[in-house]
Amino acid sequence: MNVRAHMSMLFHLDKCIGCHTCSVACKNLWTDRKGAEYMWWNNVETRPGTGYPTGWEDQDHYRGGWEKNWVGIDLKLQSKPKAIANLFYNPALPELDDYYEPFTFRYEDLFNAPEGEHQPTAIPISAVTGDPIDIEAGPNWDDDLSGSPIYASNDPNLEGVSEEVRQQMGEIERVVFNYLPRICNHCLNPACVAACPSGAIYKRGEDGVVLVNEDECRAWRMCVSACPYKKVYYNWSTGKSEKCILCFPRMETGQAPACAHSCVGRIRYMGVLLYDADLIKWAAEGPDEEMFDRQKEIILDPFDPAVIKAAKENGIDDGWIDSAQQSPVYKFVKVWNMAVPLHAEYRTLAMMFYIPPLSPVVSTIEEGLVRLDIPRERVDFELFNSLEKARLPIQYLANLFSGGNEEVIEKILRKMLAVRIYKRRESVEGIIDDATLAMVESADTTPEEIEAIYRLTTLPTIAERFVYPPYHREMAAEAIYGDPLARKGDAGFGYVMPPERGP
Amino acid sequence: MTKEWIRDSEAPAERKWEEFYRNRFQHDKRVRTTHGVNCTGSCSWEVFVKDGIVTWELQATDYPALEDGLPPYEPRGCQRGISYSWYLYSPIRVKFPYGRGVLIDLYREAKAVYHDPVDAWASIMDDPAKRKRIQTGRGKGGFRRMMWDEALEIAAASVVHTTKTYGPDRVAGFSPIPAMSQISYAAGSRFLSLLGGTILSFYDWYCDLPPASPEIWGEQTDVHESADWYNSRFVAVMGANLNMTRTPDCHFISEVRHAGAKLTVFAPDFSQVAKYADWWIPSNPGQDTAFWMAVNHVILKESYVDRQVPYFQEYVKQYTDMPFLVEIDGSRPGKYVRADLVDEYEDVENGEWKLLWWDRSSDRPRMPKGTIGYRWATEDKGKWNLELVDGLSGDELDPELTFAGTNDDIKQVEFDNFSGAEGVVNRGVPVRYIETDRGRIAVTTVLDLMIAQFGVDRGLGGDYAVDFDDEDALYTPAWQEQYTGIHRDTVLRFARDWLDNAEKTNGKNMIIIGAGANHWYHNNLLYRSGIVALMLTGAVGVNGGGLAHYVGQEKLVCHASWGAIAFGGDWGMAPRHQNTPSFHYVHSDQWRYERGYSDYDTLPEFASTDDHTIDHEVRAVHRGWLPFYPQFKQNSLDLVKEAQGEGSGSDEEIVSYVVDRLKSHELEFSIDDPDAPENWPRTWFIWRGNAIGTSAKGHEYFMRHYLGTHSTAVAEELAGETVKEVTYREDAPIGKFDLVVDLNFRMDTSALYSDLVLPAATWYEKDDINSTDMHTYINPMQMAVAPAWESKSDWLIFKSIAAKVADLSRSHIRGPVKDIVMLPLQHDTPDEIAQPDTRDWYKGEIEAIPGKTMPKFRVIERDYSTLYEKMVSLGRGVEKNGVGAHGLNIPVADFYQELAERQPRDIDVSELNGRPYPSLERDREVCEAILYLDPAANGELAHRAFQAEEAKTGLSLTHLSDGQRDTRIRFSDLVAQPRRVLTTPTWSAVINKGRAYSPFTLNVEELVPWRTLTGRQHFYLDHENYLDWGEHLPTYKPRPDHTMLSETEISANEAQGRLLNYITPHGKWSIHSTYSENIRMKTLSRGGYPVWLNDKEAAEMGITDNDWVELFNDNGVFVQRCITSARIPKGTVFVYHATERTVGIPISPLRQKRAGMNNSITRTRLKPVLMSGGYGQFTYSFNYWGPTGVNRDTFVYVRKIDKPSY
Repeated sequence: MNVRAHMSMLFHLDKCIGCHTCSVACKNLWTDRKGAEYMWWNNVETRPGTGYPTGWEDQDHYRGGWEKNWVGIDLKLQSKPKAIANLFYNPALPELDDYYEPFTFRYEDLFNAPEGEHQPTAIPISAVTGDPIDIEAGPNWDDDLSGSPIYASNDPNLEGVSEEVRQQMGEIERVVFNYLPRICNHCLNPACVAACPSGAIYKRGEDGVVLVNEDECRAWRMCVSACPYKKVYYNWSTGKSEKCILCFPRMETGQAPACAHSCVGRIRYMGVLLYDADLIKWAAEGPDEEMFDRQKEIILDPFDPAVIKAAKENGIDDGWIDSAQQSPVYKFVKVWNMAVPLHAEYRTLAMMFYIPPLSPVVSTIEEGLVRLDIPRERVDFELFNSLEKARLPIQYLANLFSGGNEEVIEKILRKMLAVRIYKRRESVEGIIDDATLAMVESADTTPEEIEAIYRLTTLPTIAERFVYPPYHREMAAEAIYGDPLARKGDAGFGYVMPPERGP
Repeated sequence: MTKEWIRDSEAPAERKWEEFYRNRFQHDKRVRTTHGVNCTGSCSWEVFVKDGIVTWELQATDYPALEDGLPPYEPRGCQRGISYSWYLYSPIRVKFPYGRGVLIDLYREAKAVYHDPVDAWASIMDDPAKRKRIQTGRGKGGFRRMMWDEALEIAAASVVHTTKTYGPDRVAGFSPIPAMSQISYAAGSRFLSLLGGTILSFYDWYCDLPPASPEIWGEQTDVHESADWYNSRFVAVMGANLNMTRTPDCHFISEVRHAGAKLTVFAPDFSQVAKYADWWIPSNPGQDTAFWMAVNHVILKESYVDRQVPYFQEYVKQYTDMPFLVEIDGSRPGKYVRADLVDEYEDVENGEWKLLWWDRSSDRPRMPKGTIGYRWATEDKGKWNLELVDGLSGDELDPELTFAGTNDDIKQVEFDNFSGAEGVVNRGVPVRYIETDRGRIAVTTVLDLMIAQFGVDRGLGGDYAVDFDDEDALYTPAWQEQYTGIHRDTVLRFARDWLDNAEKTNGKNMIIIGAGANHWYHNNLLYRSGIVALMLTGAVGVNGGGLAHYVGQEKLVCHASWGAIAFGGDWGMAPRHQNTPSFHYVHSDQWRYERGYSDYDTLPEFASTDDHTIDHEVRAVHRGWLPFYPQFKQNSLDLVKEAQGEGSGSDEEIVSYVVDRLKSHELEFSIDDPDAPENWPRTWFIWRGNAIGTSAKGHEYFMRHYLGTHSTAVAEELAGETVKEVTYREDAPIGKFDLVVDLNFRMDTSALYSDLVLPAATWYEKDDINSTDMHTYINPMQMAVAPAWESKSDWLIFKSIAAKVADLSRSHIRGPVKDIVMLPLQHDTPDEIAQPDTRDWYKGEIEAIPGKTMPKFRVIERDYSTLYEKMVSLGRGVEKNGVGAHGLNIPVADFYQELAERQPRDIDVSELNGRPYPSLERDREVCEAILYLDPAANGELAHRAFQAEEAKTGLSLTHLSDGQRDTRIRFSDLVAQPRRVLTTPTWSAVINKGRAYSPFTLNVEELVPWRTLTGRQHFYLDHENYLDWGEHLPTYKPRPDHTMLSETEISANEAQGRLLNYITPHGKWSIHSTYSENIRMKTLSRGGYPVWLNDKEAAEMGITDNDWVELFNDNGVFVQRCITSARIPKGTVFVYHATERTVGIPISPLRQKRAGMNNSITRTRLKPVLMSGGYGQFTYSFNYWGPTGVNRDTFVYVRKIDKPSY
């Protein structure tokens, strides 16, 4: 057992507002500069939709992630023998237009235009060239079902959804959307790291953060292609690749990443997961249907004395173990089985997790009148007994989160509904009867678990959502600079190496 | 494989580079502040300063917790707020004062000749060619940077010229919703109050005011803080897109679902909030009234007629007008029965304003306490409360709710049917007869009228509904289908779940409602239909229940003290508060383009409708129902001089002189001839808002009639034939305003069209106070960095203008002068019992008595040379009179004196010197004064306010201020952490010990009356206008359609397009127009202000996603790219509101001018019934009552165009 610690984020999609505050928090802090204008380390996608960069899930085109072969797994981008041959030619590399050409406006004309026949207006220009531009794309182009016949209808995750349902999703009966916020998944089996010819990308031992070393990056851009989530970006100004750093300077000082901190929907949770690094290969090479089960298997129980012992032997201190025990992410993922990674079939062992969302009940149209498709008799939360009537098809969610396995999604949604029914009975009827208890059991949960899920879903304080381990930066300072006391005096005076433009 | 990838901290050398990112994150300072934008967020933010530059912002997360069991407020702050830092250093920032080149040149030329600024200004304005030259160039560029001194001089010259020549009320100012930056708002309003200028309202103009709230509750608006949503168990969201407009609060909705609440979302489109719904009910746009009327039908049948729910029965008895007696006047419901009509009560004080119900135990009409006659008692005081007690005898009463079974008779009564061909239906109503001094009259209860109105059959004969499936009977589930497009089964299921929830939870049913419902012409009826469902189920005044209306940040929590400062109460001013809908409807000449309300409002058959909306407006002003400025054709300063010249010495004599001249019609009201040049508003200050741009309904008419520049309106004038009370001048005036001054931090549409643009400090560059209805904390705005470039805070700018005006007026308006101010009858004063009927003095039907049958007049002394001194010193009026709100006077003299010691200022003017005054020189000092003198922030004052309320009600209330008396919230406290406000009777909720704010809990739990005619919540409205309009009972009126609105006929012949309903909801990427041109928001949207169309409808029109489209009607034109989407309903086009015409707007191919903005398509249409006044809750108050600026019934043609040019 090779126990290591990982900082993981969890997204409760049922709570997501789709506001993009997270995206702007990140952009202000990290990518508000030349060469980074088009980068959105954190973005939010409307689903169904095709996301950013457009159609990023189309791995036949972008060739991201891993694929299984008869002995193990290979990067989809390049099986090993071909890697060297393809160093200078990478047809799967996304181009600027796959993201969008960043734009701005000639605002100063409003002040400077001489009096004329017409009112002056600030025209759109390219942020790259400064020339007038026709705005045809953006990082959030299909927001809230914008252009749904072009984008939502072509979401690859609709595969397997019946033609009838797909039609209805374009009509009042079943039109629906939800949101999918995305950051780097800081994978356990990161394709970007594997693809980098320069060895510039690494995973931090203490918290699992995957970083591109800005000094060592040589602009091969293999990481950009290899990442199936398209979360590594090439800075055209510095000639280096950059990506989400999980706000490690904030985490190291006990503050949540800017995207999580700013999450006004309170959908984000952060906490430590302990995992067994020795089993990564085993997990990554499993059969399709076992991908997520194996990943869960290598996430360890922080209360297990054997795990604690092994963790300590690996240098993980008490503070981190305590954090792992308090981790809200651990509870949702491992204890309550409510959270799943995005596209486990990419085999990168993504370490950010999602709770899939509920959606309203479908309608029917009868002689031009809209009628909720619910039984005549009164039942609280009809979907509990008829999840197929949720507007967002289960198959669709399964394609996003469980490699197409609908049962995984159904179990989560039914548990979420069981919480709602139970809490309603408790607060409205004032009694929990046998029928309610039977319902609870059928959702594979217990009243105690329901209470705990309810509290962590609705009532958590910021300290309960973000459980931070002690980073012991004094030890890092000792290791890097020799004397923490000296560091106390000279911090900030030091020469900081600026990244140099790549070859 | 992992070994080679993982780098531990023990391999440190290779990880030194990580400082690259650590360095970026390091910062020099974090400063708590917030955003002064009209979003209701009031979010606490930390601004990060690095190297003296604001680099980014993140939310502060340290709100004090509410009671256990409620989710915390952190973090608050959305995508828009977090992008604000872009503005500070952006190329759209106004860094220096700017003026239009042509104006500057003309001014300098004139100044060279005349030397005196006012004379120079007058010479330009007196020259029609020069005036026109300035006006036609407005908005067309040509700005030039100016020195502050010259800009201030021109502004002041125009103010003095206007005041001297036409009167101070021709100087107008507009700034929206003060709550979000209270000092900045007060800067301009205090200046205007001291000057005698006209202060334009905002809440009604923005159509944020829900008229149903004053109609039913006598309350402008009072709503739940968002944490209280979590106490609900059935939430209906209607016309409110919480994700978009309540972004920082939205989590309470997602969370309360997991606590067991059901959520239904009503929206014609699949909106963002619909994703949370259990049930999404896509009723047709603007037809929610029909749905709720049917819900009420079901509730009345199943829980009032078929059986009675004890909780509901007790609730409506005590807290609503349900048991009050209404006279059946012939065959129609008439007025409430007045107490002085019966022998027993004929001698009681204010007997005409005390009402009756039928007491079960004594079996006769009795007079309960709490009606409005008790509120304004001068003798029989202390009985204004909701006890079930007779006000005369003190006997306990048990009011009868219905006469069914105890009736003397059944009368067939007429109920209006506005949706059918027949006009009225007749239904049997149980009545009792009572003997009065007018003889025997038939009376019934409000509940009996309600049951009949909703058509629930009790075997009384008449045209009742057979059952729920009766499609022909008004208000059945089957009836509503034709309007809403929603199946009757869905209505039934909803209504029964609603009922069941309320019965089991004692009213934890909530409607969250917003602009999507409030912007329709018949918004009052729509709201009322929902509120009826809440009142019937005992949901109002309960935590987790009631109407949660969120449109506009209306809650300025310290309004008692703030009001005195903002409107010059401390110096005894009587501010000219103008309801803006009337102002713009009249002055921007939009009234000229329609035949009036009778084209689209629906009245009962008997009502006469051959007049024009403006005729009602004129009558309302004559009767003191609504304000109107300018008030008289004659300069009000000259008028007083004239009166004095004619021997009127005292103020009373001056007033009586003026009244005589009005009676003889020698003195004209400005409203009688609004297009006469003497009656034009002349100088306009705009600050904190976008008055010419995004809040200008009928924007293209503003362009033409206010500014005198280009306009894309092509509508025809139609009013000439129909107007009666107003002078119709053949040629409409073009360009009424002499000067428009805008204070701004960004070059928005209003700034672009102004003559002078003064650089305002941003929200990260000044001190201010911010509060909201969404939570119960006060937040500070603080200076994170000094105002950039040459910008200044609004307070400092208006202070400088005041100084210049004082300076220039010394040689133009010498010495103290007297001004006569005309004021409408006021809410929360005894004016509420002024007019028992609607007879008109102007027509000689009744005597002209100021403050009774006509407006009130106050004579105010103004000394313009001391304008500055008064502006920056807190006057002794506060010390002497205290602060006030809701009709309560709260003494503050001791705190005033302490404040004067803490921040003293001497006035060096002989008649004002003496003890130091509290200084208001600096923004921070104004903040301190507001906090120190208000019961919401000063516990001792909360205690005194409850004492004042005790005196009025005879109740024991000071227990609510126990434990908080020592609290004093100071500005430094707010800086340390957001502070929660105190329980005070200047608001309506009990919030002690972390309890969430739910409106009217104070009324329900402590028996303090609502500020209405009955003192209770009203199902029934008996003002004569309401009886005439058929709106005495909750009712349904059809939406105006395009054939009624006279705004598409000319356009129909211009080009081929498809006619669609034009919907302008609040957007995701802006707060109104603010942030909309911010590059972050532009990038996350589509780089423009896209037009949303249904995908299939677009395809039929040959339009594909991102095509350019043109929207046009007779009012104007709008050109943008489009989004096609399945989530938009057919028959509608959505443009998220408050677009700017400054960024990326092409030339309209159709009209060959720069295409306009979202309000280029709209026009103002007022609803005359909302002009009612002088009667109970129908009495004017600023932003409280009056017609609203509705805009959602608009129709527009949409067509595809080729790529246009810029």
